[in-house]
Amino acid sequence: MTDDDVTDTTADEESVAAPTGPVAFGCPLVESADGQLVIHPARDEWLLVASAILGDGFRMCIDVTAVDFLTFQGRRDVPEGILPERFELVASFINHERRERIRARVQIPEGDPTIASLTTLYPGADYLEREVFDMFGISFDGHPDLSRILMPESWEGHPLRKDFATGAIPVQFKGTN
Amino acid sequence: MAVTDAEPEAPVVEVPTIEHNMATEAATEVHPGQVGLLPRNDAVMRMSEVQMAERADAPLDDENDQTMLMNMGPSHPSTHGVLRLMLEMDGESVVRSKPVVGYLHTGMEKTGEALTYLQGPTNVTRMDYAAPFFNELAFSLAVEKLIGLEIPERATWIRMLMSEMNRISSHLLFMATNGMDLGAVSMMIYGWREREEVLRFFELVTGLRMNHNYIRPGGVAADLPDGWRDSVGRLLDILPPRLAEYDILMTGQPIWRERLQGVGVMGADEAIALSATGPVLRSTGVPWDLRRDMPYLAYDEVEFDVVVGTYGDAFDKYAIRLNEIRESMRIVHQILDKMPKGDYRATDTKVTPPPRARIDESMEALIHHFKIFTEGFKVPEGEVYAAVESPRGELGCYIVSDGGPKPYRMHIRGPSFINLQTLPHMMSNGLIADAVAVISSVDPIMGEVDR
Repeated sequence: MTDDDVTDTTADEESVAAPTGPVAFGCPLVESADGQLVIHPARDEWLLVASAILGDGFRMCIDVTAVDFLTFQGRRDVPEGILPERFELVASFINHERRERIRARVQIPEGDPTIASLTTLYPGADYLEREVFDMFGISFDGHPDLSRILMPESWEGHPLRKDFATGAIPVQFKGTN
Repeated sequence: MAVTDAEPEAPVVEVPTIEHNMATEAATEVHPGQVGLLPRNDAVMRMSEVQMAERADAPLDDENDQTMLMNMGPSHPSTHGVLRLMLEMDGESVVRSKPVVGYLHTGMEKTGEALTYLQGPTNVTRMDYAAPFFNELAFSLAVEKLIGLEIPERATWIRMLMSEMNRISSHLLFMATNGMDLGAVSMMIYGWREREEVLRFFELVTGLRMNHNYIRPGGVAADLPDGWRDSVGRLLDILPPRLAEYDILMTGQPIWRERLQGVGVMGADEAIALSATGPVLRSTGVPWDLRRDMPYLAYDEVEFDVVVGTYGDAFDKYAIRLNEIRESMRIVHQILDKMPKGDYRATDTKVTPPPRARIDESMEALIHHFKIFTEGFKVPEGEVYAAVESPRGELGCYIVSDGGPKPYRMHIRGPSFINLQTLPHMMSNGLIADAVAVISSVDPIMGEVDR
């Protein structure tokens, strides 16, 4: 990614997002249930947005997780100018001094489930990103050790995807005869 | 605005404004990041099972083979369940290490998507099995935020009572296991004995010693039983002298101090960069406690101190937990004084089942009861994160609702899981015997790590 690309997308984002509503860290800002603040960064800018978040004093990445929206089309809580995709990365940050939280929701397309890793900015995102990789198959560029963490290394599939079937193992009662 | 005055008919485009203190611009260049705050980042081993097996099988060739790869756990008495550690040892000191988890993974987040909101607490309560009320609480708070449901004051205070009693029982368990890990085996018996007293109170209130499913969306499952004050009062009477015994047995004892002081030291920047929360973070001197800093329930109406450490070593983590038991008792005293009267759960019939007597006389009550227990109640579309200060740190619950009776996605941010990241840093260049003290000081509950 060259610098030109970055500035271009930033400019686009602002020209689209700025007039329609509030903005934080160059991204559309919305209020979720109970007044929680949520920003919707574009995937290409994730590292720059996260840099701004860190630069603003949000020193702790408290949570990283993902959602698979395969069977939940037509979400209404995505602001205009953001195209809903199948996967969504959800990361929360804490500013200890101002006692604030911010949550970022990044759309990740099904065809290319990759996003920049936060681990250089927030080393604490390490296990959380590994869990997302394990459970959703989203890869993180720049992660130092992107491997499965909860499932066995030889496991196939990503269990928290909506198309990963939950199966029941038939239990046969033996030894009763 | 002249334009809107001139055209009153025009639909007012509602531009929501959100007041916030954050920067509005994205960064123009990538921040150098916080990796530089980790002085021992190279102590984190990045090696897969396969690579480790290859390294282990490689023939010893020359004098460069100075370190030894070693496996510890997953079934080891000091690993609190099924935590496994890959260790690279130089003699008796740990050079690099990697915690390996997942042995208890049963897909509880996936299970949560198949359970209604009323069944949800039965699932999450099994995650951190030493502090089950906190799991139920985080889940219930998240659901209530999505619904926008106000719960009665008494329910809030009952929840606080159970949370603080649970913090006491959880920290008592830590006292027991920490002592056991470090060779103070009699401490194991004492800690368990006191914890059992608290669990008896839980049994009195909820019917179960653990995994209570007591805190539910809308309030709590049942009102406090007759005699609960006596039961709590008795606990508050017997605990202080026993904590004083712990001080004699451990806190002031030279062997204990030698064993813990200066072991597993971590700095504040390091802890924050590694997303550590709870006593692990507070031991480094960061006064961060969600009960005080982002109050939930009615914690802003009780007085208590946030206990912080100075050195960030294993002794601080022990002392913080011991004193948090005392602070929790202080809160419980205030709860006893302030416990309001009223309903123990919301009276919204769409969310909470009607009282038993109503079912006999009212058709609607019967229908509501039936709907709640078969289909479940519907929760408005949206997403929410609710966090509570569990004995181990920030326990968060993230729920996405698609408007149906079951969560579309339910994620639990388990503090044990994230706190485990600090292990390689704290164990670096320490003795393997100290590694045991370090694991113990993080107090991981593997049910919550693996979920």
